[in-house]
Amino acid sequence: MNAINEEPEHQEIEALLPWHAAGTLSRRDANRVEQALAGDRELARQYDLVREELIETIHLNETLGPPSARAMEKLFAAIDAEEARAPRHRRWFDLGSRISEFLWSLTPRTLARSAMAAALAILVQAAVIASVVVKEQGSPSGPELASAPNEGSYVLLRFAPQATANDITNFLGAYKAKVVDGPLNMGSPLYRIRLSETKLPKEEVGKIVRQMQSESKIVDFIAAKE
Amino acid sequence: MQSTPDEVLIGRIANGDRLAMQVLYARHHVRVFRFVVRLVRDEATAEDVISEVFLDVWRQAGRFEGRSMVSTWLLAIARFKAISALRRRRDEELDEEAAAAIEDLSDNPATALEKKDKSAMLRKCLAGLSAEHREIIDLVYYHEKSVEEVAEIVGIPENTVKTRMFYARKRLAELLKSEGIERGWP
Repeated sequence: MNAINEEPEHQEIEALLPWHAAGTLSRRDANRVEQALAGDRELARQYDLVREELIETIHLNETLGPPSARAMEKLFAAIDAEEARAPRHRRWFDLGSRISEFLWSLTPRTLARSAMAAALAILVQAAVIASVVVKEQGSPSGPELASAPNEGSYVLLRFAPQATANDITNFLGAYKAKVVDGPLNMGSPLYRIRLSETKLPKEEVGKIVRQMQSESKIVDFIAAKE
Repeated sequence: MQSTPDEVLIGRIANGDRLAMQVLYARHHVRVFRFVVRLVRDEATAEDVISEVFLDVWRQAGRFEGRSMVSTWLLAIARFKAISALRRRRDEELDEEAAAAIEDLSDNPATALEKKDKSAMLRKCLAGLSAEHREIIDLVYYHEKSVEEVAEIVGIPENTVKTRMFYARKRLAELLKSEGIERGWP
């Protein structure tokens, strides 16, 4: 797909870049992409373009807003009408549902399904990050998180799943950075991090982003946010 | 506090639990709405579509087999409904609409300023893509769907998902180039 490098392996890696940026590749494919990025500057440049697209796609969608209450009213009016016309028969013995409910009732033990465990991990990490913010601000209300100012220099960052509260606290402290907004999405949450209260030169932001990116045990994804 | 998994809610909905339906709606309606509104480009139509999507969930919850995530299932239903809504509109209308979206790039009074703002221009060009390309870009970047999940939602082979994403990004680069932003790719 690339005019410079037409090798099939390179093309395949190139095609995976959007999913790598979104964090939806398998561990095996993610490792392949990481290795290729480490040794291919042109691919790394392309990855920067992909990350720009990802950030602006999130931004574009987040500005769309929610639907009006009309949609929900219409839905439940239709449900009421259906139920009045033909009430549904309750399924008293539904093995699938019962197993599902049973497994769920066992959580947080490890019998829970992997998807649920992943969701829980995200919630735990969100709590960790919230505790970091609260600790830094000394106030449980976290006013800075609620109303992120627009001045200054920012990055969008997704923490690595294995990052602990201490890792995140030390990382933010080392860069004198603060979490000001997030999680911005629910699948694998992004946070808006303030690097500086004043606007830094683009080159300096780029340098900090590269430094942060190298801390792969803590940072899973990072991109400058204008 | 732990929230009830989507699959459990679907099981309850299959048994006629209205509250479970409300919870599922509250959890997913905004994302489904955004996916649809980006396809049909009309908020009123998108609101009608999401009502239909969740009504289908109410009716068909008992048939959900749990082979995919609930969010993937919802987006697949939403896509089908959105395409049906689009088909009800005339092709010419759509072409004019797409052209208008691109023209907006230069017709905006703040164009000179915006041209300097690469991010704003990138967003405008994302909005100016065809429905097919907008759809795949949103599914990958915003809805965080894997190659396999996109294939399931759109109903195409996995290799076609990758190729379509490539061409969507290529088209985006062309739109940006026509607005004076050269990305050096492809």
